[in-house]
Amino acid sequence: MTLADVVRLLEAEVLVAPADESIKVAAGGAADLISDVLAFVAKKNTLLITGLTNPQVVTTADLLDLTGIIFVRGKKPGQDVLKMAQQRGLPLLRTHLHMYEACGILYKAGLRSSRADQDDDNDFD
Amino acid sequence: MTSTNSYDLSLPVKGRCFVTAGQAASKIKRTLETFNLPPKLVRCAAICAYEAEMNIVTHACRGQVGLRVTEKAIRIVAEDEGPGIQDVDLAMKEGYSTASQEIREMGFGAGMGLPNIKRCADELIIDTYPNKGTRVEIIIHLQTNGG
Ligand SMILES: Nc1ncnc2c1ncn2[C@@H]1O[C@H](COP(=O)(O)OP(=O)(O)O)[C@@H](O)[C@H]1O
Ligand SMILES: [Mg+2]
Repeated sequence: MTLADVVRLLEAEVLVAPADESIKVAAGGAADLISDVLAFVAKKNTLLITGLTNPQVVTTADLLDLTGIIFVRGKKPGQDVLKMAQQRGLPLLRTHLHMYEACGILYKAGLRSSRADQDDDNDFD
Repeated sequence: MTSTNSYDLSLPVKGRCFVTAGQAASKIKRTLETFNLPPKLVRCAAICAYEAEMNIVTHACRGQVGLRVTEKAIRIVAEDEGPGIQDVDLAMKEGYSTASQEIREMGFGAGMGLPNIKRCADELIIDTYPNKGTRVEIIIHLQTNGG
């Protein structure tokens, strides 16, 4: 899946455009707590689905090298957050869908969980 | 780096300041990326540094996060002036948090910080003194043979 696919599937608005629309999204994770994000992201090219729009969510994404963030329920971060993401080259999207719906659609479309599991060649190491 | 060589960095952290929160961890991660270290360990160190930094921001008055890299290990030391941790065993439990509602609304205070550090680190040493402060030392080994 690419970020462009995510935009299409979730009828998303692009707040901070990716350098490359065909950027790969290999896994997804949803949380409204920073520590949860820090605990579960074990895969490369992870998209974060969240209702948090504060600067810390961008810092977190940056620290974990996330592929991008999609804000749910039409939430839009402030200018400061948009600017931070731009500076860091972090794509930001938003969808009017609720978290449950956004996750369901992406999961159905084949996007797997970002948590560590048995199978994968996509884990960090 | 040779075994006699080490790299040191010390970064101040302001308590209660959510604007600068995360800067020390970001700097630590960027610094570690300049060394030729396994990316997985850099990630672990970044997560540990961030959780330790956020604990100073959310629970203490002021402090600092230090980084030391040697041939053997990445060592992160977070020291603060603050209330100290009342019950360390309790604080280590997943989900235990004394953070306020206001802090939770920002996405912190899940009570997963110290457990996250424990999971990522090879060694975690907590020294805490009531009404004085806390020192959290995190060690991530760079050599698999226990070194
Ligand atoms: N540096 C610190 N100073 C004082 N108390 C702390 C510190 N770090 C952790 N604590 C205490 O330990 C608890 C658990 O910490 P943690 O696992 O990081 O969860 P959280 O920060 O989400 O509350 C905190 O809620 C707090 O009571
Ligand atoms: Mg914490």
